[in-house]
Amino acid sequence: MGVENPLGENIITTSLDKLVNWSRKSSIWPMTFGLACCAIEMMATGASHNDLDRFGIIFRASPRQSDCIIIAGTVTKKMLPVIKTVYEQMPEPKWVIAMGACACSGGVFDTYSVVQGIDEALPVDVYIPGCPPRPEALLFGLMKLQDKIWNDKNSFGSAVGLGTRIDGFTA
Amino acid sequence: MAENNRAVLKLKEKFAASIIDVVEFRGEVTVTVKKDSIIDILTFLKQSLQYNLLTDLTAVDYLGKKEERFMMVYQLYSIPNKDRLRIKSPVAEADCSIPTATKVWATANWLEREVYDLFGIIFDKHPDLRRILMTDDWVGHPLRKDYPLQGPDREPYKGRLS
Repeated sequence: MGVENPLGENIITTSLDKLVNWSRKSSIWPMTFGLACCAIEMMATGASHNDLDRFGIIFRASPRQSDCIIIAGTVTKKMLPVIKTVYEQMPEPKWVIAMGACACSGGVFDTYSVVQGIDEALPVDVYIPGCPPRPEALLFGLMKLQDKIWNDKNSFGSAVGLGTRIDGFTA
Repeated sequence: MAENNRAVLKLKEKFAASIIDVVEFRGEVTVTVKKDSIIDILTFLKQSLQYNLLTDLTAVDYLGKKEERFMMVYQLYSIPNKDRLRIKSPVAEADCSIPTATKVWATANWLEREVYDLFGIIFDKHPDLRRILMTDDWVGHPLRKDYPLQGPDREPYKGRLS
C-alpha cells in the first residue's frame, strides 16, 4: 500500500483495536436458540451447503460461550422472559440479530400473545427481513454484523478497563 | 336418523328431563343437555354405552348470539363400537361454572384447564384448576369474544386508512 515494510514481508502493523475487532468478527459464536420456522432456515445456513463455519461462526450450546444471539422466529410473551435470561447470561460484548418478520416486528402475528418485535426488549444490531429469510439473507445479515464489529472503536481499551466500547455504526 | 341412534334412545329413556335438543348433521349426532346433569350423563355414556375416549373438550363463546353465553362441547368416541357422539351443554355468564369431568375421563384435566384459561369457565371440584397456556399472571381470558385481539394495552387496529 505504498508503505515501506521495515520489519519484512511477513509482519504487518495495525492498531490494537483492529486486532481485537478482527478476532471478534472472525469468531462470532451465536447462541443455539431457535424459536420458529426461521430456526429451520438458520440450521440450513449452518449446514454444509452454506457453511457458517467458514466465517468462524460456530453455534454454541451455552450462553456463557456465546457473543451473539439470533432471534430466529416468533417471540411470544410467554417466551420473552426466557430470551431475556439467556441474553443476560451472555458475556459482554454481545450482539443481537433479529431474524425474520416476527422478530423484527411481530410479523403476521398482530395479536395479544406475541411480542411486536424483539427490539421492545433487547438492543438489536441487525434486522433481517423475510418470512423466513433465505440462508443468503442470514449470511448477508451476519456479514453486516461483521462490518459493524469491524468498525467498533476502543475495543481494546474497553477490554482492559479503559473507557467504553463505541458501537460500530452509531459512532 | 338421530332418533334411532342407540345412545340417543338410551339417553332419552334415562335422562328425558335433561335433554334440550338432539341434532343430526351429516351423520354427526349432537345432544344438548342441561349442565346440572352433565356428569351423570357423561358417566352413563362412559360406563354403560362404552364411550371410553374423550377426544376433545372445548367451549364456544356465543356473545350476543345466544341467551346463555357459553356452550361446553364434549367430543366422545367409543373405541369398541367405533362410534362418535357430541354432547353440548350451555353455560350462562352469570353462573360461569360447570362440574368437572376429570372423574369420568382423566384426560379432561388439562382440557378443562385450557377452557378455564381461554374462556374463564370454572370447573367445580377440578383437582388443579390453573392456567395452562397463558402465563400465571395473565389478566383476562383471550378466547372470549369481548377480549381485544391485540391485547388490552394496545390501540386496536382499525384497518388500512388509505
